[in-house]
Amino acid sequence: MNPTSYLVLATILFTLGSGGVLLRRNALVAFMSVELMLNAANLAFVAFARMHGALDGQIVAFFVMIIAAAEVVIGLAIIVMIFRTRRSASVDDASLLKL
Amino acid sequence: MNLLAAVATQAGDSPAGSTGSTTGEEILFWILAPLAVLGAAGLVFARKAVHGALFLAVTMVSLAFLYIALEAPFLGVVQMVVYTGAVMMLFLFVIMLVGVDASDSRVETIRGQRVGAGLALLGVIILLMTVAGRAALPDPVGTAQAAPDGNVYAIADLLFGRYVWVFEVVAAVLITAAVGAMVLTHRERTSRRLTQREMSEKRFRDADPQQAAGQPPPGVYARHNAVDTPALLPDGTPAETSISPVLIARGAARSADEFTIDLRQLGDEEGSDAAPTEPSDDSTSGMSGEATPGAAEGNDGEAGTTDGGEAR
Repeated sequence: MNPTSYLVLATILFTLGSGGVLLRRNALVAFMSVELMLNAANLAFVAFARMHGALDGQIVAFFVMIIAAAEVVIGLAIIVMIFRTRRSASVDDASLLKL
Repeated sequence: MNLLAAVATQAGDSPAGSTGSTTGEEILFWILAPLAVLGAAGLVFARKAVHGALFLAVTMVSLAFLYIALEAPFLGVVQMVVYTGAVMMLFLFVIMLVGVDASDSRVETIRGQRVGAGLALLGVIILLMTVAGRAALPDPVGTAQAAPDGNVYAIADLLFGRYVWVFEVVAAVLITAAVGAMVLTHRERTSRRLTQREMSEKRFRDADPQQAAGQPPPGVYARHNAVDTPALLPDGTPAETSISPVLIARGAARSADEFTIDLRQLGDEEGSDAAPTEPSDDSTSGMSGEATPGAAEGNDGEAGTTDGGEAR
């Protein structure tokens, strides 16, 4: 199957993920949207790895997954910390540094 | 599962020179791709974070199947275990911690942000679609030649061969992340931790002396062998404090008044026909006779069957 269809799917998923980051105010949902964008990029990597007949793309996707897991740990720790001090998970409420 | 196995064998067994354009893969793609897009759209448009997380899990699972169809069974399994197993559970855990009911406010804080974001997204999707659509991509070569012994062996070869340095760096990143999470969620103590002796002394000094020996536990009676029933004090009245405040807040507990009425009825029944209808009451616990207000005068001394008796 031609990789174009996979690329189109990855494009749609990436756009929806960036839409979630731009439009949603809940920090958790915005964070999940970031994960969605990473997954879309992974899909493109795997599709290209198959197109070229080399496994390097799969290795890169694997590393992306590891980094995403580390990122989730740190990001959720920050969200929990903000929630503990501000009693809110909305990105609008963490605006004390704004002029 | 049959479909997955079929696709996996098909993808694994297809020779290197084949076009890879198999109908099984196409069917799988056209089932999974709409599911994945549906899940992603659900994440963006669901009002509650929990629903968004569940929608995202659908997308992740669909992508895992697509990886397996794309001759990457190892990545498919990792996707399933790491993303839908660990990451999504972590997300759900934090959502539960932060509050399930916390839904987004629909108020636009920056004026025109939604319109601007919509235009930008339109631009992104047009750009990417044009690139993906106009690129003349060749048919896939397939990874059979690159992975003669199977996908996992080939990945291990690369991971511990050419990419071993990246692997080490990633290990350092993971350890840093773990330490970082601990540092971020660490809370500095503002006062010294009390010892057990100090806590015990504090309880006797500050609290109600009647409660110093501990609060009475909920009662266990023949009628209600449950924690929603209050304990009885030596004078036969129910002890309101013996029920967990959580149960009272939920409305699941029987209030002391209700229970007193029950007791009175029970006492009347037993008084009239000497409890022939409920023989199990007397045989199992013997409490119903003592607990009735009528018998309460005589049992001040032996009412120690409930701990409520010790509180007074």
